[in-house]
Amino acid sequence: MSRREKIWWIVAGVLIVLYALAPIAWIVSLSFKAPSDLANGQFLPTDASTENYSLILTGAASDLFLPALRNSFGICLIATAISCVLAMFAAYAIARLDFPGKKLILGTALGVAIFPVISIVTPLFNLWRNIGLYDTWPGLIIPYLSLTLPISIWTMSAFFREIPWEMEQAAQVDGATTWQAFRKVIVPLAAPGVFTTAIIAFFIAWNDFVYGISLTSTSASRPVPAALGLFSGASQFEDPTGAIAAAAVIVTIPVVALVLLFQRRIVAGLTNGAVKG
Amino acid sequence: MASIEMKHIVKQYGDGFPAVNDVSLDIAEGEFMILVGPSGCGKSTLLRMIVGLEDITSGDMVIGGVRVNDKAPRERNLSMVFQNYALYPHLTVFENIAFPLRLAKVPDDEVKRRVNDAADVLELHEHLGRKPANLSGGQRQRVAMGRAIVRQAEAFLFDEPLSNLDAKLRGQMRTEISRLQRRLGITTVYVTHDQTEAMTLGDRVCVLRKGKIQQVASPRELYEQPVNLFVAGFIGSPPMNFLPATISGNELSTPFGPIALDERRTAAVAGRDLLLVGIRPEYFEDASLVDEAKLPLGSTFRARVDVTEWLGDSQFAYIPYEAPEAITNQLRDLSRELDAEELRTQAIVSIDSTSRIREGRDAEFWLDSRKVHVFDPQTGENLTRDAEAGAALTRMATEDRVEQVEEARARADGSTSVGAA
Repeated sequence: MSRREKIWWIVAGVLIVLYALAPIAWIVSLSFKAPSDLANGQFLPTDASTENYSLILTGAASDLFLPALRNSFGICLIATAISCVLAMFAAYAIARLDFPGKKLILGTALGVAIFPVISIVTPLFNLWRNIGLYDTWPGLIIPYLSLTLPISIWTMSAFFREIPWEMEQAAQVDGATTWQAFRKVIVPLAAPGVFTTAIIAFFIAWNDFVYGISLTSTSASRPVPAALGLFSGASQFEDPTGAIAAAAVIVTIPVVALVLLFQRRIVAGLTNGAVKG
Repeated sequence: MASIEMKHIVKQYGDGFPAVNDVSLDIAEGEFMILVGPSGCGKSTLLRMIVGLEDITSGDMVIGGVRVNDKAPRERNLSMVFQNYALYPHLTVFENIAFPLRLAKVPDDEVKRRVNDAADVLELHEHLGRKPANLSGGQRQRVAMGRAIVRQAEAFLFDEPLSNLDAKLRGQMRTEISRLQRRLGITTVYVTHDQTEAMTLGDRVCVLRKGKIQQVASPRELYEQPVNLFVAGFIGSPPMNFLPATISGNELSTPFGPIALDERRTAAVAGRDLLLVGIRPEYFEDASLVDEAKLPLGSTFRARVDVTEWLGDSQFAYIPYEAPEAITNQLRDLSRELDAEELRTQAIVSIDSTSRIREGRDAEFWLDSRKVHVFDPQTGENLTRDAEAGAALTRMATEDRVEQVEEARARADGSTSVGAA
């Protein structure tokens, strides 16, 4: 690469990063603006204050925000765990066994994945109210499974397919039962795949808004994205913009942390699923 | 250690294709048996049926006197080395070798002792803490063997274990496997498509073709007394030459002049018109270099040499010849079946490396007619096979083996008694 080319690459890269980061920077900046400062017409707050953070963490809005944060973590972790375990068995069977309906299962999984969420929310709302799942944790975990399972199955079956059959046969000859071969050989080898899948599934559940706002009504199960939409200002003439911005920053932190920690694996998992799935 | 008996084993796939077709084979205790054949002959399938990774359609598989058809691989107590080694990448070399022991819940210090013993035999000590990904091909191969020998298995099974190694390493590992088998004196079944491995390793070699056994015999018997055209063409490198011939009296007339047959062979081939004569490359010689005393035992002929290959210790000359079309087609089919592609009808003859025979010139050759075989071109059957002589060769090999196994056992007993004292 010549010097000139290099400079162009750098300029282009910086532009893209700026473009992608600008809204986030704006939200961060907003979160530090006092309510009176919100419309100051400047990017930076005139006087940085943590008023918004104390409002949502300890102040009036904490009743809304803290339970929502707890719900979000709980529901997303449980949904991720269940979908990983289920997807692991399903993907193993799909990668290893020849059974009728294999294509059908994969096809259905894909169908579910691309099915528009918004179109089933209303029927689900009625059904949940009738059977008492409305505004409960399971009431969100179940729909989240339908979001996370298809992609988990696809990603993991791609990972399982990479593991040579002979590895398992060798274990069986060495004296392992099918279950032992699975646990001692296949699972450790598939661990990176399972891990990647878990992270992706967690993101999907964590970012959901439509189910969160439609299937909950109280802090018993309302997740953060839904709670953000329900913030209100100190009076009806004030926008809760600052508080929402602060909450948005807080919920972004775990996602960013996860991505930074495991970025290599996530990229591997995404491309793996993309090419082989 | 146990014997393996196969009785009328058949493997039929879903589409009805018989990969293994009515194979009956007895492998004695401590014997080194080779399953050999071109690709698709069913040798790997047969091995996988022994170990239990492949279901048996019909027939009986008996290991150590027990019918194992319905037993899972882990209940058969066999150990196997896979073609790609199938090492566990997430475990260290030590844990890879210890894996079967861990599954059997052997106590820790016993595991340590036995893995160290295996590492001694295979010289793997300095690698025990490493992961398989950091090992060379030969080292991985040794780890795979370590995993096989670490427990007291009834038999060793090898599935083309050397085909992923380069030529030099292959030679070394071949002798290593041979030494190990003799030392442990354990029943071994070894699958290969490489006839050099088959000849050098096996006590007996089982040649398979399209799922059927062609011949089971010691390497020497296979070489000297092949049962048919297929075995004759498969065993030996460079391969046996097949020349078209017609018979009159006790004389075969071939493109390389007349070949006289002895009484026994004359009687065996009498009454047929078109025949195939099988002559190994080393039965030929540069006529000018043959002893006076030996000359009358064969015939001499002149032929034009197409190409010569000088290899230092030996020399090969290629002599093209004309053959009737039917024979040419048949030889082409045969060579295709043997995974080779013979484009022209030519004889490969081995001549002394000091011979000054030149390419593109006529030269005089001598042909030792005592050992030629005559085949029926239609059925491929060897008409002049001396079953008696062949059996004697295999008997000799068996005696050698029994002696070696007993020696190994005596050594093992000796070392355990020393250990106990």
